[in-house]
Amino acid sequence: MKHRHMVSAGLVAIVLPLVLAAAAAGGASKSQSRAGTSAAPNTSVSGTVSFDGIWTGSEATDFADVIAAFNKVYPNVHIKYNPLGNNETTVLATAITGGNPPDMADIAAPGYVNQLVSQGELKPITYAKSAIAQNFAPSWLQLGTFSGKLYALVFKAANKSLLWYNVPAFKAAGVTPPKTFAQLLSDAKTLQASGIPAYSIGGSDGWTLTDLFESIYLRTFGAAKYDLLAAHKIPWTDPSVITALHTMAKILGDTSNIYGGTSGALQYGFNDSVTNAFGSPAKAAMVFEADFVEGVILSSTKSKPGTGFNVVPFPSITPGADSTAVEISGDLFVAFRDTPAIEAFVTFLATPAAADAWAKEGGFATGNRNVPLSIYPDAIDRADEAAVRTATETVFDMSDDQPAAFGSTTGQGEWGLFQTFLKSPSNASGVAKQLEAAASAAYKAEKK
Amino acid sequence: MSAGGITAEPPIAAAPSVPGEPGRLGRSLTGAIFLAPALFMLGVWLVYPTVYTIVRSFFGTSGFIGSWVGIDNYKTLFTTSTLTTAIKNNAIWVAVVPALVVALGLIFAVLTERVRWAVAFKTAVFLPMAISAFATGVTWRIMYQQDPGVGAINALAKSISGVFSPAGVLSQAFPSTSVLQTTTGGGLVLKTPLSPGSVARLGLVGMPVSGVPKGAIQAVLPTAKPGQIDGVVWRDFSPGGKPGVVDKGELGLPGVTLKLETATGKAVGSTRASPDGTFDFTGVAPGSYRVAIGAQTFAKPFGGFAWLGPRLITPSLLIAYIWIWAGFAMVVIGAGLAAMPRDVLEAARTDGASEWQVFRRVTVPLLAPVLSVVFVTMIINVLKVFDLVISLAPESVQSNANVIALAMWRTAFGGENDFGTGSAIAVFLFLLVLPVLALNIRRFKREV
Repeated sequence: MKHRHMVSAGLVAIVLPLVLAAAAAGGASKSQSRAGTSAAPNTSVSGTVSFDGIWTGSEATDFADVIAAFNKVYPNVHIKYNPLGNNETTVLATAITGGNPPDMADIAAPGYVNQLVSQGELKPITYAKSAIAQNFAPSWLQLGTFSGKLYALVFKAANKSLLWYNVPAFKAAGVTPPKTFAQLLSDAKTLQASGIPAYSIGGSDGWTLTDLFESIYLRTFGAAKYDLLAAHKIPWTDPSVITALHTMAKILGDTSNIYGGTSGALQYGFNDSVTNAFGSPAKAAMVFEADFVEGVILSSTKSKPGTGFNVVPFPSITPGADSTAVEISGDLFVAFRDTPAIEAFVTFLATPAAADAWAKEGGFATGNRNVPLSIYPDAIDRADEAAVRTATETVFDMSDDQPAAFGSTTGQGEWGLFQTFLKSPSNASGVAKQLEAAASAAYKAEKK
Repeated sequence: MSAGGITAEPPIAAAPSVPGEPGRLGRSLTGAIFLAPALFMLGVWLVYPTVYTIVRSFFGTSGFIGSWVGIDNYKTLFTTSTLTTAIKNNAIWVAVVPALVVALGLIFAVLTERVRWAVAFKTAVFLPMAISAFATGVTWRIMYQQDPGVGAINALAKSISGVFSPAGVLSQAFPSTSVLQTTTGGGLVLKTPLSPGSVARLGLVGMPVSGVPKGAIQAVLPTAKPGQIDGVVWRDFSPGGKPGVVDKGELGLPGVTLKLETATGKAVGSTRASPDGTFDFTGVAPGSYRVAIGAQTFAKPFGGFAWLGPRLITPSLLIAYIWIWAGFAMVVIGAGLAAMPRDVLEAARTDGASEWQVFRRVTVPLLAPVLSVVFVTMIINVLKVFDLVISLAPESVQSNANVIALAMWRTAFGGENDFGTGSAIAVFLFLLVLPVLALNIRRFKREV
């Protein structure tokens, strides 16, 4: 008992000055003093923090850099990172039902975080509130707030309204990156004539298809209607959804212009779709996906930013203000327990030092205002980060806002049904009906 | 103990004849103590979960409290399409795999019985048993890739098919303008009728610069000459160029065979294009003609079977599974063969039976016990197959490849966490295996 009091007191003694230092340094010149890096290593906080995360491969290596930066400040806290990939929802749900959740988890779906909060599984992270407020815009605090309390820190955001293209392929075809959807379609035809398929689609990972749908929906109907669909206030059989599906069929139905055709699109996952478009020889010209594509390109191919690959915002469909809306997805870090080690880690993650460790590898967007843009390795990252920080209309990834069984489970719900749509893009109304049935069932089950 | 004669045996239940040696009660107690750890393990990890699962299957999603649903979960089993597909697939597995594995094992065992390199062969065939099913799944998934450049099996199929139906020189090409039309056979014909003294323009696109036949140079539009029909066939693509017009930077397509036909389709001549794409038909009588390119030029290379597509995924899985287990069958049957009495075989051969008759009438019946052991083991294995299916089948076909064990895992531990239905599936699987297990146990008893 006594020991715990000492540790807690010690923690307060450490965290408080750090937070104050962050507050003081936040307004001052950004490149010099940054909270956490100037503090001496803290050896009084110790313990283990088990962390269930989604990231594997190159992203896991990047996160290991963040943990290393954390260990410079807290060398006695051991972070055990458990990479789970697409199976995270399954493993986490099992652990929670079994009564043995990890200490912390990275959950990409606010919908699932909401479920956990209402089930009482999560501990609030109010101790990190001031650190977050010092470094992020108020909307980020809002994103992590559920039922009035702060439960989640959005550590890594991804700008999802992007189009990545192969620069040499575009040059050989004499096309410029499209600004409108009509231009996209005509560019695709020209690319096909020049001898390279236009689209690289990773349909084996169902979420890439939901991302494409959401970008199309957002650009066609705007943020307000997007939020209505995300909250299931309008059904999936709404005419707007059918229209968006028809637009999506203009891409998915152009089978000779997709690398591998429909069956190839169904067999290639996200990573494959990126290496297909940017490996050498390049097998396709464009990938629709978020900013973390860059991380995969840099680690798995030899393509260089600017000369090999480049990015533009997803083309506009309905002209107007919403054509610059940004859809983001984010990794929400939540805590199932409350220990000094966890508190130290969460608070550290809100500071620029944590974001720096990953930002300099590229393919990472954070809303952290105190991370200097110059730390990003290339112009693409800088532009992406600027877009995220300055976006006036920001919406969250729709499939992540849904109940987990509908929005983020392998082989069923949105992921499975959009794969069905890829198989038969002419059946928009049929797929819409199935989506609505699955959504209603999932929302009903959640209420129980 | 008494010398000579017949002495009455003391009843076993009497006091021990040798002090220190335990009596019957003591012996039972010793037995119980030795068995206790094993019984404890069995009780905790076998009996308790079995009973728990059976009871759990009668309750709904939210646990034991107030959600008794009776046999509703079992009804769901037979009405949901995902689950009926799983049952159907398992039926296919049970019908195909044990029979094929036993047959292959028998053939291998018999054929390599007296061969010198038997040991090397058996080692090679048995080796797949040494790797985990998950590793097998990952390996075969790469081999089954549709792209012949990546998937080994399709590469083999492509080289075989390349012998019988080689790909055309311009398999990707398609017309750049609508005056060039596809014919029913797959070739192209120029719509505009030509008479001597005119020039035909056949512009083709869809191939990259690297796809142009060797030796091509800048395409040239020939001048019209009386008494002959001239033309040019070229790659009609350049950035900023016009389709149908020979622009600078556009290469001719040498070596393409062109045919001259009358308006009714009768062939009257053929020629080949030169390095700049030009060709001519000389000595043409007045009349109306068409120029065509044969279908052979556009013959598509073998695109690869979609092993990982919805139709072929179960056969693909069966092949990989048999590859693993044929070695097991071969080794067990080989052992049975080695233990077989030879004199019966010799007697049969002396009586004039052919090798095939010996095999069918003597060897197989004598091996029947061994064959049935392998057969029954395979049935049990196949009913619970899981890891191969989850690792080999891409996400998009997981529902087509579904098997009962996988369905149970997804239902219980997938996003919806429906432990009630999951338990029902588990109980169903248990009931399926039970008769086979009973058969096995009866045979063990008989052998003892």
